[in-house]
Amino acid sequence: MARVLLNIPRSARPGEVVTIRTLIQHGMETGYRPGADGEVLPRDILRRFTATYDGAEVFAAELSPAIAANPFLSFALVATRTAPLVLRWQGDNGFDQTETREITVAP
Amino acid sequence: MRRALALLAALALPAAAQERRSGFEEMSRESQAMQRDDTANPGMLWVLEGEALWNRPDGASGRSCASCHGKAEVSMRGVAARYPAWDEASGAPIDLAGRIRQSRESRQGAPALARESEGLLALAAYVAHQSRGEPIRPPDDARLDSARARGRALYAERRGQLDLSCAQCHDDNAGRRLAGSVIPQGHPTGYPLYRLEWQSLGSLQRRLRGCMTGARAEPYAYGAAEYVEIELYLAQRAAGMAVETPAVRP
Repeated sequence: MARVLLNIPRSARPGEVVTIRTLIQHGMETGYRPGADGEVLPRDILRRFTATYDGAEVFAAELSPAIAANPFLSFALVATRTAPLVLRWQGDNGFDQTETREITVAP
Repeated sequence: MRRALALLAALALPAAAQERRSGFEEMSRESQAMQRDDTANPGMLWVLEGEALWNRPDGASGRSCASCHGKAEVSMRGVAARYPAWDEASGAPIDLAGRIRQSRESRQGAPALARESEGLLALAAYVAHQSRGEPIRPPDDARLDSARARGRALYAERRGQLDLSCAQCHDDNAGRRLAGSVIPQGHPTGYPLYRLEWQSLGSLQRRLRGCMTGARAEPYAYGAAEYVEIELYLAQRAAGMAVETPAVRP
């Protein structure tokens, strides 16, 4: 399991725009760099990030080899009702990690 | 009256002490914001990892760091600010990473963590993080004096094909530019720190090696006594400055 740092408000008012910030530990090996032995290191990157809120995909990103290690992704969403926010990172070598946080929406 | 006394106290400081600036001040506002926000600072990933390692039993003893030291928030507060320190066992100065390696081997009976390995960086970051905001307080230990003096000499020694000493950049030309970057004063306030160039956490020894290869000198091996001596001198030079671990640097 890769370590993650998440900045997600626990609660929000209905209709409030909340900013979600995510940081995940990942080397994002490009597939173009030679290692210490001169051999090119195989690519090992995150390929896709998705955020699902209240059952609907609200944000997604395709990641590429040019993205730095430990990718930081930030996006905004409109808090409509109390529901889980499911964050999922998928990548090379079967990397698949999901984190779920509940956002409580109350006036 | 009180203000006048404070002014007098400030005037009594050596000139160098008044003008000391952490590398933090030389960074862009974006990088500063990244360091300040614990959910945006990638160094905190290693701190989290270090916390897990701190509490995980390991080695023949079946003990964790916490088994003896308890809560790091209490027992490790201010500890990193006092390193490097004198090591009774080896009769030599030892830096924080060296002390963690030693404790793992001799107290936990666990396999040694290699210098610059993820595990050692994580533990060092976790321990040093407990001193964030504390002033660097080099121990007042006469046994360290000769090593510190050697460190000072190494700092001033010209080396490599470029024939450069640490002092020529970080004392004589600090604040000026080398290519596009501001030359920092080289205070070790935030180690281990996350360097954007490394895309990873790294130790002060890695940073020192980077400067040595930059001057086209052959760096010492990781863990060499020379590094600990330079670290001792740098800690003395930065005495009183606040620990920032885990810092972010460009």
